Amino acid sequence: MPQATAAVPAALPQIPVSDLAPWAIFSALLAAVVLFFVGAEQGAFSVLEGTLVHEWVHDARHVMGYPCH
Amino acid sequence: MTPRTFLVHGLVAGLVAGIAAFLIAYVVAEPQIDTAIALEEAASAAPAGHTHAEGTPAHSHDEEEAGHSHGQEAEVSRDTQSTWGLATGTILFGTVIGGATALAAAFALGRLGSLGARGSTATITLVGFVATALVPFLKYPSTPPAVGSGDTIGERTGLYFAFWAISLAAAVIAVVAARRLHERIGGFNAMVVAALGYLVVVLAVGLALPTVNELGAFPADTLWYFRRESLVTLAGLWAVLGVVLTGLVGRDADKALADQRRREAAAAL
Repeated sequence: MPQATAAVPAALPQIPVSDLAPWAIFSALLAAVVLFFVGAEQGAFSVLEGTLVHEWVHDARHVMGYPCH
Repeated sequence: MTPRTFLVHGLVAGLVAGIAAFLIAYVVAEPQIDTAIALEEAASAAPAGHTHAEGTPAHSHDEEEAGHSHGQEAEVSRDTQSTWGLATGTILFGTVIGGATALAAAFALGRLGSLGARGSTATITLVGFVATALVPFLKYPSTPPAVGSGDTIGERTGLYFAFWAISLAAAVIAVVAARRLHERIGGFNAMVVAALGYLVVVLAVGLALPTVNELGAFPADTLWYFRRESLVTLAGLWAVLGVVLTGLVGRDADKALADQRRREAAAAL
């Protein structure tokens, strides 16, 4: 890959932390919500009543290593 | 090479990784889940029962007999759980993990010694896999259905997420520390010191936190197959994420470099 070898000598531009921060914060919050619903909702915690969320993501929860029962 | 392009690449790579994880899990892990559920139902049908037979206030489920029903009488059928349900979980998980990993890779761009865009992105994905999947799995491995009591789900979830968060924080600190040490002791030494520091932290915390063992008489072969397939699924998800994200970011970096060269050539005229 000629482009790959050509890319090495040039100094890479860094992305300033202040540019990244809003994206990183939003992404972290979204990840927390999704991991909560995939990993814990209607198991250890129940924000919503019933077992629908638990049952819907049940197999993914087990396979991806979240505590379940 | 902006936060936006990194996030878009991460979401795409994560979506692909989530679909791949679904396919892997559907083929290799679902047979083990079915075996475990068959065992669970056989156990709860027996009068002596199983820990699941006890309904407790902490347990949100209302099923009378099994405490938790996996069979065809469940609100979501097993067929749906093993297809659309499994896919929902892996794809949501893959997509948000992809986005978060890509933004971490955006921070790492040009900041990890002499590594190029591909090298730093691949490194971040590897660190992400080790810190948030492999190491938590080694302390609190996944358990098949029928293993794990509803009574302890809160405690087990707390321990899992606590260890997960400590491992992730230790890995972030290790990468930042390696960057600081890089100029003083060189890249290789800095990486060795950072990796050792991470290992000391997760080993110490791992030894301090309680072990969860609710296996009872669960068959060892099904347990081992399930855990192996679970790790294969996680490794597959992260591997696909790493390869696709590294490819997309690398292509973007090549384009940015070519544009920069063209501008420099134009300015030199």
